Amino acid sequence: MPEKATLLTVYKLLPQTNCGECGEVNCMTFASNLLERKMTVNDCPPLVKDAKYKNQAAKLAELIAPPVRELTLGVGQSAVKIGGKQVVYRHDLTYHNPTAIAIDVSDKLDDAQITDRVGRAEKFQFTHIGENLRLDAMAVRAASGDPQRFAQAVALVAKSSRLPLILCSFDPAALRLAVEQKGVYERRPMLYAATRENWKDVGALAKQYSCPLVVFSPGDLSGLKSLAKTLRAMGNNELVLDPGLWTQGRLLKDSIENLEMLRRSAIQKEDKDLAYPIMAVPAVAWIGESPDPTAAAYKESYTACMLLTRFADILIMHSLDVWALLPVVTLRQGVYTDPRKPVAVESGIKPIGAPDETSPVLLTTNFALTYYTVANDLEASGVTCHLLVLNTEGLSVESSVAGGQFNAAGVKDLVSSSNVESKAKHRKLVIPGMAARLSGEIEDLTKWEVMVGPKDSSQIKEYLDKFWNGPKAP
Amino acid sequence: MSGDDRSDLTKRLLQLAEKFGQIELENVQVAVDELTLQLQPAIATATRGITALQPPAVISADRLIEAEFVKPVEVYAAQVAEVQLGATRAEGGTRSVAVKIGGAKVPPFYSFEGSNPNKPVFAMDVFDMPLTLPKVVRQHYEGVMDDPAAWAKKSVREFNADIISFNLISTDPGLKNTSAEDAAQTVHDVLKAVDVPIIIGGSGNKQKDPVVLEKAAEVAHGERCLLNSVSTDTDYKRVVKASLDHGHSVVAFTPMDINNQKKLNRLLLDAGLPRDRLVIDPTTGALGYGIEYSVSLLERIRLAALKGDPELQMPILSAASNAWGAREAWMKSEELGPREYRGPLWEAVTGLTMMMSGADLFMVSHPATVRVLKGLVDSLLGTGETDQKIEDWITAIE
Repeated sequence: MPEKATLLTVYKLLPQTNCGECGEVNCMTFASNLLERKMTVNDCPPLVKDAKYKNQAAKLAELIAPPVRELTLGVGQSAVKIGGKQVVYRHDLTYHNPTAIAIDVSDKLDDAQITDRVGRAEKFQFTHIGENLRLDAMAVRAASGDPQRFAQAVALVAKSSRLPLILCSFDPAALRLAVEQKGVYERRPMLYAATRENWKDVGALAKQYSCPLVVFSPGDLSGLKSLAKTLRAMGNNELVLDPGLWTQGRLLKDSIENLEMLRRSAIQKEDKDLAYPIMAVPAVAWIGESPDPTAAAYKESYTACMLLTRFADILIMHSLDVWALLPVVTLRQGVYTDPRKPVAVESGIKPIGAPDETSPVLLTTNFALTYYTVANDLEASGVTCHLLVLNTEGLSVESSVAGGQFNAAGVKDLVSSSNVESKAKHRKLVIPGMAARLSGEIEDLTKWEVMVGPKDSSQIKEYLDKFWNGPKAP
Repeated sequence: MSGDDRSDLTKRLLQLAEKFGQIELENVQVAVDELTLQLQPAIATATRGITALQPPAVISADRLIEAEFVKPVEVYAAQVAEVQLGATRAEGGTRSVAVKIGGAKVPPFYSFEGSNPNKPVFAMDVFDMPLTLPKVVRQHYEGVMDDPAAWAKKSVREFNADIISFNLISTDPGLKNTSAEDAAQTVHDVLKAVDVPIIIGGSGNKQKDPVVLEKAAEVAHGERCLLNSVSTDTDYKRVVKASLDHGHSVVAFTPMDINNQKKLNRLLLDAGLPRDRLVIDPTTGALGYGIEYSVSLLERIRLAALKGDPELQMPILSAASNAWGAREAWMKSEELGPREYRGPLWEAVTGLTMMMSGADLFMVSHPATVRVLKGLVDSLLGTGETDQKIEDWITAIE
């Protein structure tokens, strides 16, 4: 049994000189940062530079390697890391490397359709809480059954997109032909997939070109484990496990429990043969002749969301409908937010734009999500104002009004501590629509005129245009 | 791949390339990034060279190394309490069915470890006055919004609600300030209109809710309703007493704080509320607006319960309809696609995410959410039919 990474075992492998070159006060603090993955072995200059620490550095890297291997898809700026998971439950640390989302492309499409689809996948973007949410990879499917056509299609996708590639075929010859296209192998495409039938040839191909390789063993975890063990023995270190996903009927139960068992085996049981990222293919919701596109996209979307909380490290999806992708990228952003990050921002008064004493005064809470959403909306729509940030103990408007952290006394304190009365000469306060029920009490305590603003900050601009200098708000 | 691996690879490829004499390095004093970039074609040539000169790599394994997968089953020390909603005639009420929630023995949908005794159930929201609902939701209730009894009936008959969540929002002093007596009369009407269990909600006004819930509890005597809700800063003792006097259960609501939830649960149990009469609502954040806090909160609560923390062994209520607070759910936007699809999907995903994290009972607004989530529960419990063949998905998708 390998040694467990603890503060002590990690510390023992450090230089223990407390030199401070890493920027920490001592080696113990550095050890703690290593364990929490706030820093890496490379952040200790002596370990990296001094030859006498070479052995220790290697041992340390091995010791703190995450129980689920981390691997990189693609090359250059579009490269994406998957896996590297340390914990089963997010609250035990945080989830590293957001689940990558690949979009499938069939080689049955003609060239124009292929470039159009690739273009749509590349262009997809949704800005949420100040972050651009995007898609990560292209998965080319050998659906035509013609290896030549598959290779052409792969080369075309490689030429038209910088996104990492996944080449999907169970035919080793087709995979080889595609990999060996100019402009393809340089990108380190991931190969999908090695199975019980083709593992020798596909394993050799992946090894030869140093490509990450997906192992596909639908509904058979012993088969999956055997394949992974064998392929590893052949020298394939960068493996991904696909235990099969059924989106329909009772086999969904098996699909979900297989994912749970795989991740628990890797992390809690330290099963090295299963210590790889997990792939799932929600695109199977589209299997069949002329599926209803709305129903299929709907099912694909919520299944993908379910897989995000069930350990999937990479997904292959089919729908490019924004409404169907939106919940998936949004949930991914949430689940992969570090729970150690504070949920609250500093309370007080924040200028948006360059406000003067006639600018509106708006009120929001110090819940990070609320604050950034409101601040982004105000900035994006060009509103200039004083934004009062109320300490609601990091709760949203709705929750803190319900829970009592958002109250008139708190608003009164904020009005005096923020000095807003010297920054604005008027005495009109716009409060969030969801706090409407507190308007009377706030007026009584602050002696300010309270205007009930919209429930959603996307409508503040419109609201101010209509009511700030116009008639009294409702 | 770490930086070290990468430079090793570059080095190795460089050596290979030099060996095969296919590139020449005229100026090797370049930055590593630049080197990698410039070498892209060289890597290609080098790899090509190997292919041309050598047979494919020798495979060390010619037979599959068989390995057995062992199920990583855990043993849990405790289980969640079971709470019954609704009482039948035989039990002193008038419901045609009672619904049991909770009783979990293993984490949600960890079927390989065991099965939980009760399925997740879905309550649909009904309000005692017309209110501003997103258009996508409202369109399903046109014509019944000023008649709570008809609204409830429609939700059960047409939309298959397991439970009605009836919210007395008009009692809010800021709205209609309806009296507790008048509100109780509408509770009576709803109980007569439907024969499923009901959840009775207040308006969220801390002072008035206990009075409203007390009166409602009296009118619904013996029906085993769920009174929604009490918190640390309401007169919870009054609500506990009403629930004991009239045979109901209580929701303990806290805003996103596990320690606060434990504290409130303790207070309620100390006030005499039996364990099988307590449901908790630790707050459901909408998808995109804090759902991740709820995910971690629910997972922590459920795991702590199974490991033996008696202060957290309660079934969990999730207000999935909070999803409609997210603009992505209701806002009209060409860019984001039709809200008729987007809205219900937003609510379904909020609900299912809470369900996967441990919630047992859901409050939802859109009929499609009930349909989708009930179907999903059947599949997750292994009862749905399937003829889906996924083995050849690469060719089977059109």
